[in-house]
Amino acid sequence: MICQECKQRPATMHFTKIINGEKTEIHLCEHCAQEHGNVFMFPENSGFSIHNLLSGLLNFESPIKETMPNAFQGMDLLQCERCNMTYHQFTKIGRFGCSHCYHAFAKQLQPILKRLHSGNTIHAGKIPKRIGGTIHVRKQIEQLKQRLQELIMKEEFEKAAEVRDQIRSLEAQLSEHGEGE
Amino acid sequence: MSLEKFLNRAVSSWMSQEGPDSDIVLSSRIRLARNIVDYEFPTVFSNEEAQQIVNIFEQHFSQQSCRSLGRFELLKMNELQPIEKRVLVEKHLISPHLAEDCPFGACLLSENEEVSIMINEEDHIRIQCLFPGFQLTEALEMANELDDWIEWYVNYAFDEKRGYLTSCPTNVGTGLRASVMMHLPALILTQQMNRIIPAINQLGLVVRGTYGEGSEALGNIFQISNQITLGKSEEDIVEDLKSVVQQLIAQERMAREALVKTLNIQLEDRVFRSYGILANSRVIESKEAAQCLSDVRLGIDLGYIRNISRNILNELMILTQPGFLQQYAGGALRPNERDVLRARLIRERLKMEERKAMEGDEA
Repeated sequence: MICQECKQRPATMHFTKIINGEKTEIHLCEHCAQEHGNVFMFPENSGFSIHNLLSGLLNFESPIKETMPNAFQGMDLLQCERCNMTYHQFTKIGRFGCSHCYHAFAKQLQPILKRLHSGNTIHAGKIPKRIGGTIHVRKQIEQLKQRLQELIMKEEFEKAAEVRDQIRSLEAQLSEHGEGE
Repeated sequence: MSLEKFLNRAVSSWMSQEGPDSDIVLSSRIRLARNIVDYEFPTVFSNEEAQQIVNIFEQHFSQQSCRSLGRFELLKMNELQPIEKRVLVEKHLISPHLAEDCPFGACLLSENEEVSIMINEEDHIRIQCLFPGFQLTEALEMANELDDWIEWYVNYAFDEKRGYLTSCPTNVGTGLRASVMMHLPALILTQQMNRIIPAINQLGLVVRGTYGEGSEALGNIFQISNQITLGKSEEDIVEDLKSVVQQLIAQERMAREALVKTLNIQLEDRVFRSYGILANSRVIESKEAAQCLSDVRLGIDLGYIRNISRNILNELMILTQPGFLQQYAGGALRPNERDVLRARLIRERLKMEERKAMEGDEA
């Protein structure tokens, strides 16, 4: 298969993008993939790279990387837009630069957290008091929305209207705190 | 400085007091890692940011009190002498990392030294509570209260899905590390520990020597702590650790009984030989001292030795480390000078116990 960008070199990087259920496949050579690094920074089926990430995280360096320099270039370009730490830097030092890194590297982090915390990825402990209030309200709204759908399916519209009003008043509470949306 | 005066100043409450099951569990510790939202983590933060965080603590927490803890004192790393820092490390109040690599590091210390809050270490805030004996639940309660107290003044970096965000992903979620220090001489003597450690590891817990990762178990003292911080509640983490510790306590007690039954006189001999070394030696290395102290402590627990207080192991294990010895001496010491001073300190400390016992008899 020939790279669809330069139409010269063989395509060695294969990306699958799914947006709203619409699947697009892109086949690039290493050179063009590198140029598109920020567009295709999340290779979907990267089983081998998880190994790399883990070794990077646990040994503070990645021996695989030395022998296969090109395979991970997309990963290197990943960067936290707040503190500017790159993913590559993170794998070297094993520590994040700021709280936003957890969002910036969310996708890469998932398998790492699983490995580190016996398969767990979702917090189940204490919630800080101050921001805790809005989290509780948001969770309540989510539950009510589900209930609303169920009631509409069952065509119980009177009850549905009650639930809708409850959701509205909770949402009003949230926006009063200045933390709506 | 006289030894007694030095001890009064050097010994924190967890070393001198006894807690539940303190024949085996020397101390229980809870650590919570927290970061302040809108500040970069200590990994990359600027000197200005670091200074601002220290200022927050100076302004709101220094000289304040929380619960019955008395006033907190803020110690800044760049204002302490190297020996002073070393002593704080040897007392487990701060980490070596804070002492050596954190120019903007500070520590908020409670009067009784039960609580130390490290500032600008790997995370902005690390709350640590250290209790004597087996008191994990109590330590967790206190850490939670301190956590709420601090949150009154600062907004924590928290994510609904990931929990408390920490600079290292191994701490994310609860940010909780619960650990106990255990004295397990009988499990070592009966060679059961090699079998037990892998089993504990399989349960998601970590077993280490006294001074953290990679350090060897000096004086048969082990530190056992949780590995997982995400996906379990604080209470569950502590309960899981507690149940393993309870089993270890039971195993150690059984091994001690078995030892007394099978080699009573040999065990008694070993205990008193070690006592003899501690009471008479003129030069002693830390490793030998740790082993002898472990034997003597076992002898006290089994009733072979009377009239010596039990916490002598906790106390002397801490006080015979290089930092403390140099503080006692009032200056830097070469390793061979330390070994001489260590032997003298232990001899004098044992004589203090003898005097106390004699006064007790007369009264």
